[in-house]
Amino acid sequence: MPNEPKYFGEGLPYLKPFSLKGKLIVLEGTDCSGRSTQIALLKNWLEVRGYAVVETGWARSNLMHKSIELAKSGNMMDRMTFSLLYATDFADRLENQIIPALKSGHIVIADRYVYTAFARDSVREADPHWIRNVFGFALVPDFVLYLKIDMDTLIQRGLESGGINYWEAGMDLHMGQDLFDSFVNYQSSLIAEYDKLAKEFNFEVIDGTKMVDEIQDHIRNKVKEILGKPKALPKL
Amino acid sequence: MPIFDKKHAFPGKLIIVEGIDGSGKSTQIALLKKWLESQGFSVFFTEWNSSELVKETTREGKKRNILTPTTFSLLHATDFADRLNYQIIPPLKAGMIVLADRYAYTAFARDVVRGVHPAWVRNLYNFAIKPDISFYFDVPIHVACDRILSNRTQIKFHEAGMDLGLSLDTKESFKLFQTKIFGEYKKMQTEFALTTVDATLEIHDDQEIVRAAVKEALKDYSKKRTIYAKRAKVFWRRFTVS
Repeated sequence: MPNEPKYFGEGLPYLKPFSLKGKLIVLEGTDCSGRSTQIALLKNWLEVRGYAVVETGWARSNLMHKSIELAKSGNMMDRMTFSLLYATDFADRLENQIIPALKSGHIVIADRYVYTAFARDSVREADPHWIRNVFGFALVPDFVLYLKIDMDTLIQRGLESGGINYWEAGMDLHMGQDLFDSFVNYQSSLIAEYDKLAKEFNFEVIDGTKMVDEIQDHIRNKVKEILGKPKALPKL
Repeated sequence: MPIFDKKHAFPGKLIIVEGIDGSGKSTQIALLKKWLESQGFSVFFTEWNSSELVKETTREGKKRNILTPTTFSLLHATDFADRLNYQIIPPLKAGMIVLADRYAYTAFARDVVRGVHPAWVRNLYNFAIKPDISFYFDVPIHVACDRILSNRTQIKFHEAGMDLGLSLDTKESFKLFQTKIFGEYKKMQTEFALTTVDATLEIHDDQEIVRAAVKEALKDYSKKRTIYAKRAKVFWRRFTVS
């Protein structure tokens, strides 16, 4: 069933009316929460079942990735500039990738969504209304899966997967004596913010410390619910 | 919605100019800068859409025509945030006079004409600080268009608002686009209490009006001496016999 687009705020008033045939599924969670592993499995499963899938990821737009890299390498970026760069990236992907895919009936899986910006801005003590209003042009997703992990798991995975970088440690915030302390403080605040957002926006909370297969089963069951009864697949 | 209602507490002063293309605002701000400097004020000048951070991206986006009204608006806001952080707030904190050619009002006019929601773009710039004076150079469309069309052989694609599809003819599109922007400025004159200057007058007469208004606004301002003023003093001291 095609749906009318639903926005967080003012939306995109200059677009001609349209309806969406696809579904927008969002995976949220901190660094090392297993989002990309789960997305790869989910994408594969959906495609086997005959659904066309488009994957979109935070800061991966054609338009902005250069500016974002430039900004990150310089380190001297204030909070507003930081937030606006990501908002621009998101807008580009929304209008040039997500909406066209949804119109034509694809399932869009988003690795991080506006909630990532909300969480990061809150940790940086920005006005929460401002960032929510900025993203007033964003589509409300069909549902949000939140891969929740605890700090111990996050530290283990972070170090095992090749160490911590400057931004993952939130070094711009001066939250600790060294990289490790800062990383722990920053990521703990992010987990706390995600927990708040999970209540505010009704996320489906998934225990991200479980086995990969167990988590994937949970996700597939949720996805089945929103896709409705699948047509029986012909057996060869 | 209240916006720009916070008066900044920095020791410096922020003076900005707004108006449609061809209103003469750049000429006026350049003359104002000359005058302030000659009076021994320390002045910093900043211009719309000039930050290194997004320059390349904006240029690419425009060239390939892949910008949407929303990304266009957000890119300019990013540019503004970067300049606010690097070029506007530091000199204001240092007690200098900052002159800005175009400010957030330009976005409120152009981006709304391109189709974004007026309330959304006003919120977007809610981190900006309120200027001490905002000059609006008011000029009828036909005068501004004559100035631009007679002075320039070529009008750029986005300058003419060609991305809006108003007309296939560049000049015609430019006129239609400027007319719409003019309409948005009209609304903002009262909304933001802009200091309106009749921009149909002679350049010299307009400059007198501008200088008088600036003089008034600088009454409570304590001048920062420029390098030149300091040098002069040191020079004089060397010959003092004590």
